[in-house]
Amino acid sequence: MTLTNYLVLAAILFTIGAVGVLVRRNAIVMFMCVELMLNSVNLTLVTFARASGTVDGQIMAFFVMVVAAAEVVVGLAIIMSIYRTRRSASVDDVNLLKY
Amino acid sequence: MSVLAAAADTSAQLGTGEAVVFWILGPIALAGALGMVLSRNAVHSALWLVTTMLSLGVFYVVQSAPFLGAVQIIVYTGAIMILFLFVLMLVGRDSSDSVVETLRGQRVAGTLLGIGFAGLVGAGIARATQDIPAGGFPDDRGGLANVPAIAELLFTRYLLAFEVTSALLITAAVGAMVLAHIEREPGSRQSQKDRSRARFLTDRPQTLPGPGVFARGNSVAKPALLPDGRPAEDSLATAIEPAEVEQMPRPTGREQLGSPDAALGTLDPAPSPIPGRPGSGGTHR
Repeated sequence: MTLTNYLVLAAILFTIGAVGVLVRRNAIVMFMCVELMLNSVNLTLVTFARASGTVDGQIMAFFVMVVAAAEVVVGLAIIMSIYRTRRSASVDDVNLLKY
Repeated sequence: MSVLAAAADTSAQLGTGEAVVFWILGPIALAGALGMVLSRNAVHSALWLVTTMLSLGVFYVVQSAPFLGAVQIIVYTGAIMILFLFVLMLVGRDSSDSVVETLRGQRVAGTLLGIGFAGLVGAGIARATQDIPAGGFPDDRGGLANVPAIAELLFTRYLLAFEVTSALLITAAVGAMVLAHIEREPGSRQSQKDRSRARFLTDRPQTLPGPGVFARGNSVAKPALLPDGRPAEDSLATAIEPAEVEQMPRPTGREQLGSPDAALGTLDPAPSPIPGRPGSGGTHR
C-alpha cells in the first residue's frame, strides 16, 4: 500500500467517467460523469500534494472545486433550457447545429 | 529540500489503518462510479455518484487534507449533487436513456477505448510512482496545520486567483439566472377568470381525483377507484408509469393539464390547450 494505489484508483475513476461520457446519452448523466472525472483529478492533486509535503496541490484542488460548482450551475441551466424547448434531455435530440 | 529530505527517510509504505480504509472505501468508490455509468435511471446514477464522492471525501481526510474533505462533502455532495437531483426532478423520469444506439458499435468501442486508456494510464502511473515517498506534512515538526497553511497560501500567493474566482461565481450565478429565466410577453398571461371560464367549458370542471383514493394503497402510482370499482385513469400523474401499460394514452388527465411541466414553463406564448379535449397537446409520454 503506497501512494501509487491512490493514483491508480484516480486513473480508473477518470476512465470510468470518460467512458460514461462516451456511452451515456442523457445529458445530465454525462454531466455527472464529467463531475466524476474532476473528482478523480482532485484525488490525484491531493495525493501529489501529500507526496511533496506542500499544500499547493490542495489549493489547486480547491480551485477545481470552485470552478466545478460554477460549471454545474451554468450547465444545468443550459440543460433545463434545452429541455424546455425540446422536451428531452437526451443529447441525440439536440442536433440542430449538426447541418 | 529539507521537506523532501525529511520525507525521504520515511518509507514508501503507508500505515495499516490507512491501508484498511483504502481497501474498504476504494472498492466502494469504484462500485459507485460503475453504478453511475451502468444504471438506467438517472436518479440512481446521482445516488451512486454521491457514494463515490463521499468515499473520496474520506480519502482527502485520510491524506491529511481535512479542509478539502469537508469542502468535498459540503460542496460536492451537499450542494452540487442536490442541484443535480433538483434538475432531475424538474426534468422528470422520462429522461432515462433509450437502449437504441444511434451510432452502431459506439458502446463497445467506447468501453474498449476506456479499458485501453485505463491500462495505459494506470500502468504508466504505477511504474513511474513506484518508489514515491509517502511524504506527509511537517505539521508535527513545527509547521502550520492544514487550514492555516491553506489560508496563508490562498491569501498571499494565490490571492489574484482567489479574487478572480469571485468574479467567476458571480458570472455563473447571473448566467444561470439568464438561462433559466422565462420571458413572457406582457398580457399573454391568462387571468384566473379566463382560466376558470376555460375550465368550465370542458366536461370536467371539478378537480381531478387524487391517486390512491379508495384504492388499497396510497401510493401515487396507484390509481384511485371509481364507485363501480374501475380504476380512475386520470388520477395518475403523467410522470409515473401506471400499473397497466394498456391504459396509455389517456385521453383526459394531468398530461393535458400540463401540471408536471408547469414548474418548467414553456417558451411558446400560446395559451395552454383546453384540458379534457382528446388529442390536444401532450406529446411526451
